[in-house]
Amino acid sequence: MEFTIKTMAEYAAEGKVPEVLFFVGCMGSFDDRAKKVTKALCKILHKVGVEFAVLGQEESCNGDPAKRAGNEFIFQMMAHTNIEIMNGYGVKKIVTACPHCFNIIKNEYPGLGGNYEVMHHTQFLRKLMEEGRLKIEGGTFKGKKITFHDPCYLGRGNGEYEAPRQLLQKLDSELVEMKRCKSSGLCCGAGGAQMFKEPEKGDKDINIERTEEALAEKPNIIATGCPFCSTMITDGVKHFNKNDEVAVKDIAELLAEADDL
Amino acid sequence: MEYIDNIIFFIAMVVGFGIFFKSLKEIYRNIQLGKNIDRSDQKAKRWETMSRVALGQSKMVKRPVAGFLHILVYVGFVIINIELVEIIIDGIFGTHRFLAVILGDSFYNVFTAILEVLALLVIIAVVLFFIRRNFYGIKRFTMKELFGWPKHDANWILIIEFALMIAFFTMNSSDWVLQQRQILETHGSFPISSNLLGPVFQNFSDNALIFTERGAWWFHFIGILFFMNYLYYSKHLHILLAFPNTWYANLKPKGQFNNLDSVTAEIKLMMDPNADPYAAQPEADPNAVPEKFGASDIFDLNKVQLMNAYSCTECGRCTAVCPANITGKKLSPRKIMMDTRDRIEEVGKNINKNGKFVDDGKMLLDDHIQREELWACTTCNACVEACPILIDPLSIIVEMRRFLVMEQSAAPQELNQMMSNIENNAAPWQYNQADRLKWANEN
Ligand code: SF4
Ligand code: SF4
Repeated sequence: MEFTIKTMAEYAAEGKVPEVLFFVGCMGSFDDRAKKVTKALCKILHKVGVEFAVLGQEESCNGDPAKRAGNEFIFQMMAHTNIEIMNGYGVKKIVTACPHCFNIIKNEYPGLGGNYEVMHHTQFLRKLMEEGRLKIEGGTFKGKKITFHDPCYLGRGNGEYEAPRQLLQKLDSELVEMKRCKSSGLCCGAGGAQMFKEPEKGDKDINIERTEEALAEKPNIIATGCPFCSTMITDGVKHFNKNDEVAVKDIAELLAEADDL
Repeated sequence: MEYIDNIIFFIAMVVGFGIFFKSLKEIYRNIQLGKNIDRSDQKAKRWETMSRVALGQSKMVKRPVAGFLHILVYVGFVIINIELVEIIIDGIFGTHRFLAVILGDSFYNVFTAILEVLALLVIIAVVLFFIRRNFYGIKRFTMKELFGWPKHDANWILIIEFALMIAFFTMNSSDWVLQQRQILETHGSFPISSNLLGPVFQNFSDNALIFTERGAWWFHFIGILFFMNYLYYSKHLHILLAFPNTWYANLKPKGQFNNLDSVTAEIKLMMDPNADPYAAQPEADPNAVPEKFGASDIFDLNKVQLMNAYSCTECGRCTAVCPANITGKKLSPRKIMMDTRDRIEEVGKNINKNGKFVDDGKMLLDDHIQREELWACTTCNACVEACPILIDPLSIIVEMRRFLVMEQSAAPQELNQMMSNIENNAAPWQYNQADRLKWANEN
């Protein structure tokens, strides 16, 4: 990264509070694929001039996989750790690049004493766009066919179907919808801690079913807004040997590419 | 002996309603076996939700064909039941078409004509439903969990509704001919009966007509009493429970799961740097039942979840959208609801027999719902979104997973690994927390 990523601790040392905390999440911090999304989002925020910070080493897993698996103890341990640190820094606004971080901090942390204004990155970027801070020129994507896979925890979980689409429409590309989309969207198969285990016995894997459906639209790009979805669908595209023709990209990556960042 | 009809009628009515209320009481008692849950907030929104979803059937039309037919049957059913008021008054007092006196003849004509049209639409819808359900091979109607009673139940309802409507037309037609012959007073207008069945009955003798009219009238009445009491054994209970069920529905975002307060208390204590780990524990209440995490049986579920189970229509819309089910896994959210109801009924019978619940060595978990089903869920909320009466199968799945993990430590091995990673490294993988910002300096 050609600029430095600052932490909350560094801001605090300067006696300042940034506009927003970027809660990176475990996937965004450690997974090679998701790290690209993390960086893309940072580049956009930097370019737009949003003052943001991350927690860095002070960040802990949000607790989602443990909670969805049924382990309330570990979830609350993580939640309390994060809340204590974020409250300590006086965090007000949080942006996440993962619907699972977004959902759990927005909905489940308040009950444990963590009250913040939480936005998924597609919501935050849309807001920047509406405020005129983020300009999207989609030249690179002219004539490309994009289909968007709704992440369960953004869509059905929190009723956000429009923010990602509004951003994609700005790219001058053709947005095609899959048969199962928006509130009827099909899960990628990773949620509910499924990411961390083998699926139960069945006829096929869920990500294969979903990728098949996406590929039926003959897109150039399958857009996602969740690191889990990205991984599952990337695997699906590889399964069908289409990885040379069809790219799986997070919306943040698309916007960064459009801006040649 | 003049009043014998009226007396028999009255007795049948009292018995019919009596058994019905007894069943309702039993259902209510069984729902009370669940834990309390406070869903009394946002009353205005709850009334709105109920009117929109249960009364207005807003979710039914997501599948337009089924939705439209269902609305026909529903509207027909509700309005035709207004007839019941007339039947009861006529039955007790031996009057003939009593509502005509109240409504006035011209208004009564409109009323009866509308009923006739609706009844015809109901017949058409019921026949289409029957064909669709039995001969169309729609996957959600041919799944294993519907074998046996659930399938018969669905068909019985259609047959009963069909028979009731036929009785209704037979009654009106013979009544109409009797009115033509001035044997009965002229009341009402019967556009369908007079044109369809009327001509057939023209050839009947007066006595045969009176017999037919009375027969159909009695059949209609007894049929309704029977139908009402049949509800107790049927998925058709939803015609009543859909209303409270939607009123008590979860109004929070679907992605939000509840936080367990008992865990919060423990975690706070654990993480409080001021807490003295060697301090004497506060005096424990010797009678306190130790807190159980999650659910292994219906007693651990909350009342709304139990009401959900009684309300389920077994329509399978949830299962039809479940990613796990679509890809051939054992999980079916509909089956989760059906199993829960089966277990409640099993417990209910046990209570009826013994006066209180006597341990039967069974549970909802394992005896009804298998672990393999529970672990296949992606918590995607598709089932919750799909349910036309706002049932939440996912909440039951999550409660049962909580039991498996926190009470039995019986999670799949890979999940245990994931959880211990989180516990030790604050990430689900074996990465070091100190490396969390490494990405910032990579290219
Ligand atoms: S939440 Fe679970 S049960 Fe419901 S549709 Fe999704 S995977 Fe199936
Ligand atoms: S839970 Fe709802 S959607 Fe599923 S079968 Fe029952 S009524 Fe139908």
